[in-house]
Amino acid sequence: MKVIKEKHSLLMRWTHWVNFPVLAIMIWSGLFIYWANDAYGISIFNVTLIKFFPEWFYNYFHIPQRLAEGMAFHFLFMWFFFINGLLYISYTLFSGAWRELLPNKNSFKEAWLVLLHDLHIRKTIPPQKKYNAAQRIAYTAIILMGMGSVITGLAIYKPVQFYWICWLCGGYHFARILHFALTIGYVFFFLIHIVQVALAGWNNFRAVVAGFEVVEESQHLPEQVTIQKTEENNENTAQKEA
Amino acid sequence: MKTPHKKKLKAPLTVEQKINRRSFISFSAFAVLSGGAFAGWKWLLNAPEETAGITAGTRAPLRRALNKTELFFRNFFSNKHLVKTYPVEQAAKNPRVNSLIGIEDDEDFDITRWKLQVKLNNQKTRHITIEEIKALPKTEIVYDFKCVEGWDEIQHWAGVKLSDFLIHFQLENEAEKQYMGLETPNGAYYVGLERESILHPQTLLAYEMNGKTISTEHGAPLRLIVPVKYGIKNLKRIGKMSFSNNRPRDYWAEQGYDYYSGL
Repeated sequence: MKVIKEKHSLLMRWTHWVNFPVLAIMIWSGLFIYWANDAYGISIFNVTLIKFFPEWFYNYFHIPQRLAEGMAFHFLFMWFFFINGLLYISYTLFSGAWRELLPNKNSFKEAWLVLLHDLHIRKTIPPQKKYNAAQRIAYTAIILMGMGSVITGLAIYKPVQFYWICWLCGGYHFARILHFALTIGYVFFFLIHIVQVALAGWNNFRAVVAGFEVVEESQHLPEQVTIQKTEENNENTAQKEA
Repeated sequence: MKTPHKKKLKAPLTVEQKINRRSFISFSAFAVLSGGAFAGWKWLLNAPEETAGITAGTRAPLRRALNKTELFFRNFFSNKHLVKTYPVEQAAKNPRVNSLIGIEDDEDFDITRWKLQVKLNNQKTRHITIEEIKALPKTEIVYDFKCVEGWDEIQHWAGVKLSDFLIHFQLENEAEKQYMGLETPNGAYYVGLERESILHPQTLLAYEMNGKTISTEHGAPLRLIVPVKYGIKNLKRIGKMSFSNNRPRDYWAEQGYDYYSGL
């Protein structure tokens, strides 16, 4: 029998969808800033493998000569990024939702099994709650990365007034490298995230908009109580929990 | 009284109906909010440029945000927060020259006749020679000069502390005002600085670089070194100094940059 199961809280969904465009704007405006001193690349034995970023990339996205504009956007949307992130983190801490998010002692072992399953190497997947082991690691990491972006951002934004943050980030140069690397990290996260969401299907996607998922369950399972939100059933739940 | 009655008569929704109803409501709300966000973004993107004045060149709402953000972060400013200094060996031997506005475009400039012009409160102008400035105690600094573009370089400068200069030449009354304006002799490059940055103990009127007299392209005979600001505020070849309670004109703030540009 089909059953409605609550999955994501309104606040989690809200902050998720606010973060998406805000982060996109931060990356876009960040490119305007980075362009003015595009010092980074990856090279091995003096051979440049990747230059961040090639000319065609800048031209395609109309990046060049927009430093002032980039800073103006970046220093407005940083507020939204920060407040939205703070909202999510506070909610997750105080609601207890962190229990379903943070990796536990089995997560690192299990994450391999999830990966093998996703790559169709393994048939079964370890039993999971709201997030599987790989998701716990990935979604906790992305929150830490967000915090990292705020901290390294402050370090390069006000390296004199927040000299101790700058010091914590390993100095002005290293803070800028970290700030940049985190951004590259978001892009990789995004790509994998999109593929995973597409593979996970409609039920999973709908949950991040509507909050619930539909599961097939036999009637006597305790989860069933959550379907009908009548007062009687709430009482039942209370009794069972007691 | 009637409504609860009516409800009881309605058949309870099937699971399928509940799914559809909740999905419809959620996705409708999602679409409306997305549309609103997109409209807001379009509004910002197409917002008119600010009215050109002391600041110019950026969208009006973004300028308001820059100014508000400045006010917030100025709460953290303290003259006790010193810029990190380095051993003199680490200083660049040939410091980078990034811009020559106010220098390359001034062919009439004669360094032998240079005098600093200070606009006083009584509307008179005081002229100060480089010898008078060099007679004051010299302060050296080796620090990481930071450009708004994102590069930085450890550089070695020496000159008189701006705060010492103001006291010595009895400019304390002038310096009570909220801003100082500096300009090149030809007025092609100009900056405005708040009082707190002027009085920062590491802010110098510099006349030496790497232990030698400053070269022309680095701002001879006298330039500003203000380590709590990006390079754009470190005016080379100071010609005029003035004081006011309103923001003085600022070259890069007219090009869309943050007026404050503090570090």
